[in-house]
Amino acid sequence: MNHTTSTTDNWDAVRAACLEILPEHIVAFIEQNRGMEHSESQLIAVLHMVQAHFGFLGRDKMHAVAQLAQVPLAKVTGVATFYHYFRLQPRGKHIINVCLGTACYVKGADKLSQRLMDELGIQFGETTKDGVFSLDSTRCLGTCGLAPVVMIDDQVYGPVTPSEISIILEKYSRRQKGARP
Amino acid sequence: MTKKMINLTIDGMPLQVPSGTTVMKAAERLGIHLPRLCYHPNLSLEGACRVCVVQVKGFNHFLTACSQEVWEGMDVQTNSPEIRQARRDIVELLLDNHPQDCQTCDRDGNCELQRQAYRLGVRERLFEGKRKEYPIDESSASVVRNPSKCILCGRCVRVCAEVQGVSNLSQHGRGFKTVVGPANLGNMDESVCIQCGQCVAVCPTAAFLEQDHTERVWKALSMPRDVKHVVVQVAPAIRATLGEMFDLPMGTPVTGRIVTALRRLGFDEVFDTNFGADLTIVEEATEFLNRVSKGENLPLLTSCSPGWVSFLEKFYPEMIPYTSSCKSPMQMTSTLIKSYYAKKKGLDPKDIYVVAIMPCVAKKFEAARPEHAMEDGTPYTDAVLTTRELGWMIKSYGIDFNVLPDGEFDRPLGISSGAADIFGATGGVMEAALRTAAVKLTGEELGPLTFEEIRGVTGIKEATIRIDGKDIRIAVSNGLNNAKKVLDAIKSGEKEYHLVEIMACPGGCIMGGGQPYPMADHDPLDPETARTRAKALYSIDAHKQLRRSHENPAIEHLYVEFLGEPNGEMAHKLLHTHYQARTPRGIR
Repeated sequence: MNHTTSTTDNWDAVRAACLEILPEHIVAFIEQNRGMEHSESQLIAVLHMVQAHFGFLGRDKMHAVAQLAQVPLAKVTGVATFYHYFRLQPRGKHIINVCLGTACYVKGADKLSQRLMDELGIQFGETTKDGVFSLDSTRCLGTCGLAPVVMIDDQVYGPVTPSEISIILEKYSRRQKGARP
Repeated sequence: MTKKMINLTIDGMPLQVPSGTTVMKAAERLGIHLPRLCYHPNLSLEGACRVCVVQVKGFNHFLTACSQEVWEGMDVQTNSPEIRQARRDIVELLLDNHPQDCQTCDRDGNCELQRQAYRLGVRERLFEGKRKEYPIDESSASVVRNPSKCILCGRCVRVCAEVQGVSNLSQHGRGFKTVVGPANLGNMDESVCIQCGQCVAVCPTAAFLEQDHTERVWKALSMPRDVKHVVVQVAPAIRATLGEMFDLPMGTPVTGRIVTALRRLGFDEVFDTNFGADLTIVEEATEFLNRVSKGENLPLLTSCSPGWVSFLEKFYPEMIPYTSSCKSPMQMTSTLIKSYYAKKKGLDPKDIYVVAIMPCVAKKFEAARPEHAMEDGTPYTDAVLTTRELGWMIKSYGIDFNVLPDGEFDRPLGISSGAADIFGATGGVMEAALRTAAVKLTGEELGPLTFEEIRGVTGIKEATIRIDGKDIRIAVSNGLNNAKKVLDAIKSGEKEYHLVEIMACPGGCIMGGGQPYPMADHDPLDPETARTRAKALYSIDAHKQLRRSHENPAIEHLYVEFLGEPNGEMAHKLLHTHYQARTPRGIR
């Protein structure tokens, strides 16, 4: 958006620009709340809807929410980064969860995490550039007997040593490549 | 309706306060100053820092005095070994992840965290915490953001939203990793920041600072006179505040000493921004009277405050046609130095180095705007020093400011009327404009001089002044949240004015983002500070022979010799500017 489509007294243009970014039901929800007392308290609900629709909160989407709901953008991004639930990047095809529960941690989950970050070149909460993997941490998965545990999508791996990481990841990258037309 | 009175005891002393009073305010009535970091009387309560904890009978945990309201029969203890220990621990924990570089820090000796640590008796370091290490954001021409020094008190976030209505800052993330910054933690120069510097003024540490221009000024001053002719100008508000940096009582006018100090620092010529202020009034009053006679583009909005101009461009661009095209006094003075004065002296403008002493950090941005450069791209103003930076330079040079004899500004750009002095206080530009407009409208030499109704530090002041049988409706606002209210009322048609003065900072330039940090136990933004500083300016004005800008003989001479007519072709080329809508657009 540039200033001609985000000017607050040029409402039709703002709305049209936001409709290109956000689906109609979210625009309708924001508009229905606007003007109501404490309408800004609906911000979290709106962000939930955006994430439910897109799987993540992108910058353009947060900007559109800010404009449409008339909430300062810094507040929107402040809220979005405060809650663990909100993700700011699209999720990868495969979600990697490293268990950081007590048992896994004692068994070296920190080393596993480091290896995963090095291997993928991303931090927790991020997604690889090719969109294949997202890296997350989780609390106890209830399989402490297998500690340290890494879960990829619905598959649990354990006990995992740092050197095994690349072999496990390879399986998913290969599957990804094979799936391409 | 009078409020219900509540009886309580603090440290064994009984007292009665209205219901709704906080423990901190109640304690102040007894002369007990509780330690504080996140608390600020003009801002909403945050309760984040916890250093104001007190013990209350019946509770086995401490309560925060800043946010806890009193109740009937409350028994408060503000000092006990346990509380003192708790406060000490809290500050010690803040220090543990703070960069331990006090000696090389800009706020050394003037840091609230340092002050609290000393007062609470932190004398040894028991823990070694994880330090915060973040890159310094120097992208803005005015404000430097250094999150490593941030203690997350949230004052900057609140002043930006609640006083300035800009809401550029927010806490991002959570816990130890929380960082205060603009949206998406992006760069300040790509944010909706309007460079007012109030975040710098309220920050208890050095997490926000102005862009340092002292280095370039030292460099210019060290060059031989025939290579660089270094000229300085001093804004009106400086003379009311610089003394505070040398422990003079608040509100001591120090005009003459400033001039002497600047000469000793090595400036070749010491001019007065007041001259530009008088010129601004002549140009702006002419512009105003033209608009009134044509009945178009009213109200006229003033344009002296660069924080307001940025706010206009980012938040209210549709009001650009109403805003005066006059450059600010600083830019008028700089422009004349590099044109009129250069010509008179037979100097190449490129060999002149113009330094402006300003109460403002937004002036650094203003000076860097491409509209304020000569045709070859050289800026008219080469450096802008805040009051704080000048105070430091004087100290650093070893000048004993308090024993300096009074000096006089150089001529001709050092002659000014009292109307220019009051530019530094909210309502001052309006009063100065009215003094001249009244004479021009009535044609009578002696129009009204003081306009009491627009003096004082209230956020919004309105008045109707009857001049020459006409009612002139005026409004004066300070603090941009108040500007918003005035502008929205104008836009909705609820209010109709002829002339509106807007200053970005609460109280005007005397409370600008570049002014001295408050003395110990004074709060930044304190209205009492604003009143005392303003009083100094009004007293300077009252003691001057010249009280109206257009009567300034140097200004009259300038028009005859160089500019021609007010608002004429030459004046337009040199003294007027233009504005443009800017991105990112702010949400108002």
